[in-house]
Amino acid sequence: MTEDRKDLSCQEFQAQMADLIATGDDVSMHPHLQTCANCRALLADLETIAEAARQLFPIEQPKEDLWDRIELAIKKEEGSIQPD
Amino acid sequence: MPRSNSAKNSSPNHESGPAPTADGAAPTYTATATSNSPDANTLARAQAGDHLAFAQLYSIHKRRIYSLCLRMVGNAAEAEDLTQEAFLQLHRKIATFRGDSAFSTWLHRLAINVVLMHLRKKGLPLMSLDEAMEPAHDDGPGRSFGAPDLSLSGSIDRLALERAVADLPAGYRLIFVLHDVEGYEHNEIAGMLDCSIGNSKSQLHKARLKLRDALRTTLQRGQQ
Repeated sequence: MTEDRKDLSCQEFQAQMADLIATGDDVSMHPHLQTCANCRALLADLETIAEAARQLFPIEQPKEDLWDRIELAIKKEEGSIQPD
Repeated sequence: MPRSNSAKNSSPNHESGPAPTADGAAPTYTATATSNSPDANTLARAQAGDHLAFAQLYSIHKRRIYSLCLRMVGNAAEAEDLTQEAFLQLHRKIATFRGDSAFSTWLHRLAINVVLMHLRKKGLPLMSLDEAMEPAHDDGPGRSFGAPDLSLSGSIDRLALERAVADLPAGYRLIFVLHDVEGYEHNEIAGMLDCSIGNSKSQLHKARLKLRDALRTTLQRGQQ
């Protein structure tokens, strides 16, 4: 937590954000964020998006006839039926 | 390996019953086949060429694999084609599975490779989309800050996020889905996409910034 880090401009801080977030450390403790509401809000939004991605996506169901297609393709590969 | 968050989606309850057989009858199998880790017997039978056992594996994994393909390409018809290709590949290669990893992890990775091959065949430059991007943050986040009511916290609904992800440029969507949805680490993604770890981090960050812009726009519209 040096004075240098605190004195980063928003542009400089945001240029480092990808790496900072990827470390898995608590970026909210970064000195720049102690004084910059804009970057704090940006970080909060990005964390919300990542969290939502983990929680919100449902499992989807393929069409019922997909197995028929796969089974047909397997049989074609095995030579048990003639290809089209 | 994917984080545990991806495992939440593979609850047995999410997987519907057995796949139809050629004659339309439901195959019979024991309760163990409802687990995402098929019992060794089912897997061994499928590896030995038992068609019914392979149908069981399809039944267990179809939704997980289809969902993965759908998120990666953002198109239902394409996702079904890729799911079909993934299971065809599985049929060809299942005998080579040696159990070094969980079967579901192995299949998941196989499906990702199928999608990546498909995207490469389409000529999609997976990791060099920066030039095509409008700058997602170069014009500065401050332009719409100072409006705390526009914070995304607690305001992201599933449909809005799904729509925003589907609208992402393909390369960004790929990284976002692999990392944030499927739970792969940057080093794993870098290996899959043949790019640097730094590139993976940077693309993920840009993807999230794009999503943020899209979600804030949606939120803004909702408030007007």
